[in-house]
Amino acid sequence: MRREGSPLTGVGVVLAKEAADYLSGARMWLLETLVFLTAIGAAYAAILSIRATIGESPFLFLHLFTMAQDPLPSFISLLGFLIPLVAIAIGFDAINGEFSRRTMSRVLAQPIYRDALLLGKFLAGLLALAIGLVSLWLLVIGLGLLLLGLPPSGEETLRMAGFFVATLAYGGVWLAMAMLFSVVFRAPATAALAALGMWLLFALFWSVLTPLVSTLVAGPPDTVLGPNLAYLQTSQALDRISPNTLYAEIALALLQPTTRALGPVFYSQIQGALLGTPLPAAQSFLLIWPQLTGLVATMIVIFAIAYIVFQRQEIRA
Amino acid sequence: MARASVVRADGLTKRYGAVVAVDHIDLEVGAGEIVGILGPNGSGKTTTILMLLGLTEPTEGRAEVAGFDPLREPLEVKRRVGYLPDTVGFYDGLSARDNLAYTGRLAGLPRLEIDDRFERAMIRVGLPDAGRERVAAFSRGMRQRLGLAEILMKEPQIAILDEPTATLDPHSTNEFLAMIRGLKADGTTVLLSSHHLDQVQSVCDRVALFNRGRIALAGSVSELARQVLGGGHVIDVEVRGPGMADRLRHMAEVVRVQALGPELYRVACARDLRDEIARELASTSALIGLRFAEPSLNEVYTRYFDEARDAA
Repeated sequence: MRREGSPLTGVGVVLAKEAADYLSGARMWLLETLVFLTAIGAAYAAILSIRATIGESPFLFLHLFTMAQDPLPSFISLLGFLIPLVAIAIGFDAINGEFSRRTMSRVLAQPIYRDALLLGKFLAGLLALAIGLVSLWLLVIGLGLLLLGLPPSGEETLRMAGFFVATLAYGGVWLAMAMLFSVVFRAPATAALAALGMWLLFALFWSVLTPLVSTLVAGPPDTVLGPNLAYLQTSQALDRISPNTLYAEIALALLQPTTRALGPVFYSQIQGALLGTPLPAAQSFLLIWPQLTGLVATMIVIFAIAYIVFQRQEIRA
Repeated sequence: MARASVVRADGLTKRYGAVVAVDHIDLEVGAGEIVGILGPNGSGKTTTILMLLGLTEPTEGRAEVAGFDPLREPLEVKRRVGYLPDTVGFYDGLSARDNLAYTGRLAGLPRLEIDDRFERAMIRVGLPDAGRERVAAFSRGMRQRLGLAEILMKEPQIAILDEPTATLDPHSTNEFLAMIRGLKADGTTVLLSSHHLDQVQSVCDRVALFNRGRIALAGSVSELARQVLGGGHVIDVEVRGPGMADRLRHMAEVVRVQALGPELYRVACARDLRDEIARELASTSALIGLRFAEPSLNEVYTRYFDEARDAA
């Protein structure tokens, strides 16, 4: 059956209202302050340690993101850990909050489709994430300019922009996940717990589970002849189910240009290669393309599931 | 019905698995009418409203609202219908103005017109100075008024009010009912779902009584009284003397006599029997008064469901 009108009618209105809510809400201020302070702390600590090595690397600005200085982890490790939290905080009550406030039927009684409400909220969440990330990115670059006294090169800027897009896609996966739970569970607390449970699973337990499952499926990691390739491939395939792994691989390939591969490499493949020389940016982008596509696809699939579940729900509040 | 119908349902049905929530209902509402939708909880009132709004799909049958099919043309329907759900909710962190500006923009109202319509609507609902206040500070009564202001802002052809006075105190209820009459005066058709039968009777032109997903009865209160109580005319007789109830009961065409007090009797009859009652009683007793009484919707409702329960 064909419906009249565009499903996108009202998306802009929902997006504007929700983005304003997200950006001005106390919850977001609190989380973004946490992310800003820790990330700036990590970048500052990295700057202090790389000032001594100025001139030794053509990618000083990229080191701002990757270098860890005890006791702080690196900037990218912090982002990988905290971005899901921010995304979950944005999305866990996106839909069930409308039910519990009893605003859902009022809003959907206006001439819009449900599509517009869900998409508007999702895009508003992505916009809030993007604004936060851009601010953070500019702060780090400003800090680098101030303390290193050098501007980033064109290639560094390109790699950092790619990293920003990947971070947004990674945040999008968790935002879609949180919104899915907000559609499935009527209680916001349950949705938040479910989303945090998934985050814990991938952030902490996935790396514990994959070796166990890989050993069961493909045998032990080492054989008498050397490393077990089947084990390595199974383990990598399982690892890559986790958005955290995909994001970590993207960060590694983009921010450490000397990275030439993201999986097992045979001697025959590196014959003649100048190890330690950086890859051109285009080659690094080719390297992370499957991971980036995987993140975007995961985000779209999770959003599509949330969309289908939401379309089938009864609107009574 | 002389007036052109703006809401029509033909065999509208909604099933949830094996449960039939709405069972082949036919309904027609004329332009400018106030129609009450009554029935116990779970009788299908809200589901019917949601189908008319295009918020849930009927399993069978079809509806037409303001000339559009809510299933295929829900946006056209929603442009012409204002809806006030029971216990209306707002974004507590936003002001009244921002809440209504949001739904106004969703409704496609021009940006420049929103402020003007908002001011006028807030004056009509008696909240002229509350526009900048956060809704979190609003009482339930104020929230219901704000919900009605949202409908007024939209200037709809049809207003659907789902138990709008359920949480209001008597004073606010009376004011709210006056506002509903104001909607009718504007030419808006109103569908009013409520459990408060006296309120429904005081504002509605007709009522539809839902039972187990079906419309069991529909019509004016007098018509319903005729069907359920057996007498379309109700006369209050104030008379002093012994055995009055029996004397009234034995008169021809009297259907039922109910003692309302020691000297007050309510007589249900098939036609206007005031002259006959006056003649019958005048000679032997002290007749104090005789007046037409509106049949009570409460009585109709109670009797209908008592009989339905007994039959079951």
